[in-house]
Amino acid sequence: MKGLRWRDGLVLIALALYAGPFFWQALTSLRPDGELLPLTHLLPARLTLAHYHVVFGQSLMPRALVNSLGVALLSTLLAVSLGALAAYALARLPVPGGRLILLGMIAATAFPQIATVSPLYLLLRALGLRDTWLALILANGSFALPLVIWLLAGFIREIPRALEEAAAVDGAGRMAALRWVVLPLVAPGMASAALLAFLFSWNEFLFAYTFTATEASRTVPVALALFPGVFEVPWGDIAAASLLASLPPILIVIAFQRYLVRGLLAGALRE
Amino acid sequence: MSDRRLAWALLAPALAVLGGLTVYPALWVVWLSLQYRVPVFGISRWAGLEHYAFLIVDSRFWNAVSVTFAFTAASVALECAIGLAIAVGLRGQHRGRRTALALLLLAWALPSVVTAKMFEWLYHPAGGLVNFLLGGRPINWLGDPALALPALIVADVWRATPFVALLCYARLLTIPPDLYEAAEVDGAAGLQAFARITWPLVRPILLVALLFRTLDALRAFDIMFVLTGGGPAGTTESLTVYAYRALFQTLQIGFGSAIGVVVFALVMAVAIVYLWVIDRAERAA
Repeated sequence: MKGLRWRDGLVLIALALYAGPFFWQALTSLRPDGELLPLTHLLPARLTLAHYHVVFGQSLMPRALVNSLGVALLSTLLAVSLGALAAYALARLPVPGGRLILLGMIAATAFPQIATVSPLYLLLRALGLRDTWLALILANGSFALPLVIWLLAGFIREIPRALEEAAAVDGAGRMAALRWVVLPLVAPGMASAALLAFLFSWNEFLFAYTFTATEASRTVPVALALFPGVFEVPWGDIAAASLLASLPPILIVIAFQRYLVRGLLAGALRE
Repeated sequence: MSDRRLAWALLAPALAVLGGLTVYPALWVVWLSLQYRVPVFGISRWAGLEHYAFLIVDSRFWNAVSVTFAFTAASVALECAIGLAIAVGLRGQHRGRRTALALLLLAWALPSVVTAKMFEWLYHPAGGLVNFLLGGRPINWLGDPALALPALIVADVWRATPFVALLCYARLLTIPPDLYEAAEVDGAAGLQAFARITWPLVRPILLVALLFRTLDALRAFDIMFVLTGGGPAGTTESLTVYAYRALFQTLQIGFGSAIGVVVFALVMAVAIVYLWVIDRAERAA
């Protein structure tokens, strides 16, 4: 058994090395400016929080974090609420051409953003939504919606019909059965779908870069891509800002791993 | 309410949103690609297939095509090979599975702009870890036309391999251990067991992962736009970056849309293969 543990440790070390670029960025965010360029020692002589002070005190990151969080939560809410209703209909109710609609959803998950970004830009501008949260909520929510519908339709199909029929015998209507039987059982699946929708919106760059113009709606990836330097590139500040941008994904990978993995697998494998 | 009417009532909000924000733009982009549209000069007139005719003789377009194909082929091949290797390594993991998966999925979950900024710093000629580990040679990874595309591919492989590894790992976990024990009794171990048991069982899922990754690599934008910006000398300018520049930097909405339509067609061709594969798998099941 001792040999097994040794092997387990080796795999963990290998994976920690794989994640090395991220840990290096974390170390860079704590390294004093004087030790950044040129790089002479692997480990810094001392650590500093100066870069975080700059990012919080003098950059657009705090505002961008608020924008990103608001946009990601609301677009997730949009995708999951509309997606759950549609998925129930496609999984359980007689919809003419329902299978075709589901195939269309799969095809829509593959749409390249670069193809829809120009018409969406013209559309959102015509609606007067440029540089607003709503533009990003609509764009990100609708982009995540096909995946959410596909995932949830699969999860709802896994619920035994007999449970709903039992509720119907007890006099509950369709909507009551949906509310009290299906919804609680599909809740873990909804968590999976919501995590993927949230991650998509949090990480999304092309729409945000195109539809935003000021700090009113600029999200974290845009603020990071446009991170200003006065005379030289502030690598330490950028490292600190990227650490902040990574916090929600890290939290999801650690705390909600089971739901994330389930969603990822269900999205790729049709069972 | 009848079931059928209820079904449409439940579907209506989602279909309305998708119709307005996904289907309509997907059709509109084709329409836009048939027009001259340069809003700053107030130009807006019919162009027919002229943009596409220009693309056929546009050397910058063909450069972008070859960058896109080279990027896709190299990164997807590496992601599948390394992903499968990681999955095989993880399969025997007993303790610390959660930690292992967290370390693995971290790279996948990060915003690609973060990944791009991270690798930009790793590749820095004087401050980067890569040159430091190579003994301090001042190699300009992102500034050298011969090195920029490989450097970009490495960054994308780092980011996307965990996805392939996870899919393969999930499949490997469903293989009963006695299959390997039986193979060992027959004298097959190591590579032989891999070829006889692991490979046939993992191949279908690897195909799915390959198609998924091909879709994503063809439409990748963030990583090259932020890491190299298409440079140096256009050696990392993919179709998506070219389209973006035409659309929003030179503001040729019609021409940029035509390049977008080309990306669309490429991606949809792969998506159709994917639909065909899962459809066949469903029929076989």
